[in-house]
Amino acid sequence: MISSRMPFASVVVPAVLIAIAILVPILHLSTGTLPTYAVSLFGKYLCYAMLALALDLVWGYCGILSLGHAAFFSLGGYAMGMYLMRQIGSRGVYGDPILPDFMVFLNWKELPWYWWGMDHAWFAFPMIVLVPGALALVFGWLAFRSRVTGVYLSIISQAMTFALLLAFFRNDMGMGGNNGLTDFKEILGFDTGADATRSALFSVTAITLALAYLLCVFVTRSRAGLVIVAIRDAESRARFCGYRVEHYKLFVWTISAMLAGIAGALYVPQVGIINPSEFGTGNSIEAVIWVALGGRGTLWGAIVGAVGVNFVKSWLTNNFPEWWLFALGLMFVLVTLFLPKGIAGLLRLGGIDAFNRKSAAAEAGEARS
Amino acid sequence: MSAVSVDRPARDPILYLDGISVTFDGFKALNALSLLLEPGEMRAIIGPNGAGKTTMMDVITGKTRPQKGTARFKGNLDLTRHDEATIARAGIGRKFQKPTVFENHTVFDNLVLAIAGPRDVFSTLFRSIKPRQIERIDAVLETVRLTAARDRPAGDLSHGQKQWLEIGMLLVQEPELLLVDEPVAGMTDLETEATADLLREINKTRSVMVVEHDMTFVRALNVKVTVLHEGSVLAEGSLDQVQSNERVIEVYLGR
Repeated sequence: MISSRMPFASVVVPAVLIAIAILVPILHLSTGTLPTYAVSLFGKYLCYAMLALALDLVWGYCGILSLGHAAFFSLGGYAMGMYLMRQIGSRGVYGDPILPDFMVFLNWKELPWYWWGMDHAWFAFPMIVLVPGALALVFGWLAFRSRVTGVYLSIISQAMTFALLLAFFRNDMGMGGNNGLTDFKEILGFDTGADATRSALFSVTAITLALAYLLCVFVTRSRAGLVIVAIRDAESRARFCGYRVEHYKLFVWTISAMLAGIAGALYVPQVGIINPSEFGTGNSIEAVIWVALGGRGTLWGAIVGAVGVNFVKSWLTNNFPEWWLFALGLMFVLVTLFLPKGIAGLLRLGGIDAFNRKSAAAEAGEARS
Repeated sequence: MSAVSVDRPARDPILYLDGISVTFDGFKALNALSLLLEPGEMRAIIGPNGAGKTTMMDVITGKTRPQKGTARFKGNLDLTRHDEATIARAGIGRKFQKPTVFENHTVFDNLVLAIAGPRDVFSTLFRSIKPRQIERIDAVLETVRLTAARDRPAGDLSHGQKQWLEIGMLLVQEPELLLVDEPVAGMTDLETEATADLLREINKTRSVMVVEHDMTFVRALNVKVTVLHEGSVLAEGSLDQVQSNERVIEVYLGR
């Protein structure tokens, strides 16, 4: 009953993440080997990895292909952005101690109610998970209760993120419209531009990713994880076994949305801006490609896929910008044709698992006894 | 003979269907179907294709809502008002025509999923299964002859083994009423015989309703037979009785 390989990954992944959480600040601050932009870039990759992890949980394990995870990511990002905006205080261009610059520019006289409390970390930080979580709960409750599945669910999830994109573009929304939220000054009292803060943000991201990974390991290796994979593979059979499929779907869907929200919140201070384009449908689809490339149904595969693809993206967009989309498309086609289980599948070919078999079982695992 | 006249028993019937009608786009899948199953009874359901056998199982398990009629389990659970999960938890197990097991899970894990116990997210997330349940699973593995395949993915099993695994899953689910849809389809003669033995064994402790085409198998079961035709009951009785029934002969052989 003891699987020798998967527990290995569930130790290695957090170990690697904690190691880089320690090493990167040392290389950055003490030796200066790592330039600041690289630290932020790697931090961004890890945020994407967390988004991929969240997506893998619903898609790889529960078979819910979300094309709207950018919505949860961006809402988490906006929650963090609102907090950071309020930290600017009177240092903004217009020097208003309360109103962010864009509100002064729009000639608003007072802070809208939904900005209240966002100047306090104790209030704003819980919103990072509560807002995406609440949206996921409502959306999921409606969709799963009505037994919306498959491509229909993918389409409405995409419609959801597209609707939010349009909403956040409007100046009336009070979220900075087209320009979004930017010009951040400090986070928890630390200068967002300072090298030490950058390093700290990277470390926090790496450690949070490790914790998120362990949470996913816990969920997928529990008996609930067995049920989730069972729903993916034979939904109506799971119902006839007495499982309330919609409850399980709602559970993973909401957890996943919350993780995506955290990823977005960690992303914003490192890239310095959040604007409505983050809700773009393209972002959601790109995240699906990371997971597919890395290997859906394996948690570490999602992380490897996200970091790997974005690494290639950074390199290509620097050197051959016009080729990036072709390269992404090509990677996706090649992986779909030749590596249906992604990179994770390739690395496991020596094992017992053939295509589309056992990956989840191996990961969701043994030792339940 | 559209309604079955049975003397009211002292106990509630385990399954009570009265005047059930289901229409799909004008097609009457079930037409005022009435049927009673006594606790502890095993019943074979036969009938030509399209007679409504599977629709009847869908109604009993909450997958399909009838437009008309009463469906009760143990006298008190209204089967027309609950969903699949509630009905499964109340004690009705269903085996599908096509063996449906969780292919990516091991044989053991399939049984873990099926074993009786709390089914909510919280329980499955935080509580592991009890040693007593593992013993029960291993005992059932023995019964369905899959002990050697315990840790193999269910997708690797042969067709017959999958059928047996599914029966095993129903056993650990401990339903009071077992609905079995064509259990011996695609089985060898030897497997068919063993399956009949197994169902008789199961019937010692619970009620069973078997839908089957294979007459040899039905004969081997040696139980009361209900013949369905065009969504209602055509005849009921022992296999010999129904086989000599003129209307049954007409339906089966007349065209």
